[in-house]
Amino acid sequence: MAKTHITMKVNGAEVEGLAEPRTLLVHFIRENLSLTGTHIGCETTHCGACTIDIDGMSVKSCTMFAVQAEGSDITTIEGMASADGSLSALQEGFRMMHGLQCGFCTPGMILRAHRLLQENPSPSEEEIRMGISGNICRCTGYQNIVRAIQYAAAKINGVEFREAAE
Amino acid sequence: MIPGPFSYHRPATVADAVKLLSTLGDEARPLAGGHSLVPMMKLRLASPEHLVDLHGVAGLKGIRRDGNTIVIGAMTTQHELLASDEIGKSLPILDETALLIADPQVRYRGTIGGNVANGDPGNDMPALMMTLGGSYRLEGNAGGRDVAASEFYQGAYFTALEPGELLTAISIPVPPVGHGYAYEKLKRKVGDYATAAAAVVLTMAGGKVATCQIGLTNLAETPLLAEDAAKAVIGTSLDPATLKKAAAAAEAIMSPAADARGPVEYRKHVGGIMVMRALQRAAGRAS
Repeated sequence: MAKTHITMKVNGAEVEGLAEPRTLLVHFIRENLSLTGTHIGCETTHCGACTIDIDGMSVKSCTMFAVQAEGSDITTIEGMASADGSLSALQEGFRMMHGLQCGFCTPGMILRAHRLLQENPSPSEEEIRMGISGNICRCTGYQNIVRAIQYAAAKINGVEFREAAE
Repeated sequence: MIPGPFSYHRPATVADAVKLLSTLGDEARPLAGGHSLVPMMKLRLASPEHLVDLHGVAGLKGIRRDGNTIVIGAMTTQHELLASDEIGKSLPILDETALLIADPQVRYRGTIGGNVANGDPGNDMPALMMTLGGSYRLEGNAGGRDVAASEFYQGAYFTALEPGELLTAISIPVPPVGHGYAYEKLKRKVGDYATAAAAVVLTMAGGKVATCQIGLTNLAETPLLAEDAAKAVIGTSLDPATLKKAAAAAEAIMSPAADARGPVEYRKHVGGIMVMRALQRAAGRAS
């Protein structure tokens, strides 16, 4: 099948490449663009490890074709830290709150939490849990992932992070 | 998992999309949100030679009110339904249901048109559309037609859509102000299809049920309208005996498959419970 020329913006930079129509976006990102921070977990749209941000939406990049992303604006985990290397509030939260164990689900968790906090800057614990319900952590470390997102929300809002009483 | 090869088409108008679908024939599939079709293609359970991506068709987007009817473009996503003030105000049962579909990522891509047109008995919107008296606009090469949701579903993945036809919009009459509503869905986990689900829209007058519609999801090869169950509650105050009668009438028309969600008897039993819970919750919301 003939390849199609695709252009898109990824982490602020204009990129281009050739892909067959059947090439999944996650494969294009990992193999054509060599951005391997976006992980492939289940490949069946369940686990959320491949979640990226496209035009203001959290999307499982294993369930979209690269040709469909023509002209879109994408953020992956590689685009979350600042140019000088300083971590985003979410990355800092995952580090400070031990929000990762094996780390496999982390890029998807952070990208999903990024969009969640854009839409709802002060989510309740319940809203965070429902907000990341499309992301599976097989270490089952959800408690600290929720705390990491609460930490980031507090930091972004300029308030002190306070843990709820046990 | 990599899908089989296909040619990709991205029309800009409904007319072009319909022309492509009818010219390319059986080997072409329309691509909406893709969250049913793309996983099937990865498993090679579907291998269309042509995909007609509908994301470039601006005419398939949007929610508008036309008199006493809400018209929703087929490519409107579940996320957009949830964000719509008009839906929240006029058809709150759509919000309640959309929130029970899959997960946030899927709702950003998944469309109401794909949900109702696919004919998957596990999809939640079809029973809701039957409960609300909705209808679908189908456009084909020979022109357009409107089909009531209650006439659309013929079997699992088998609908009134003719080859080359495209479902372009959904029309829903706005229920009366003060109506009660509820969608009760039993599922094994977030993101799962229903083990059993029931939709109820009703109105109350003087503490008694004045009108009632009940729809059932994933309890047969097609969504069902539980008409006898709905009739059983008219004129009652939903006392325990009436609720049991309604559940039994609904169970009588259920024919679910035995699968990983449970054996037939279990799914019918919990289907009846979903009907009772939805009736009670809907009545509590009616004014």
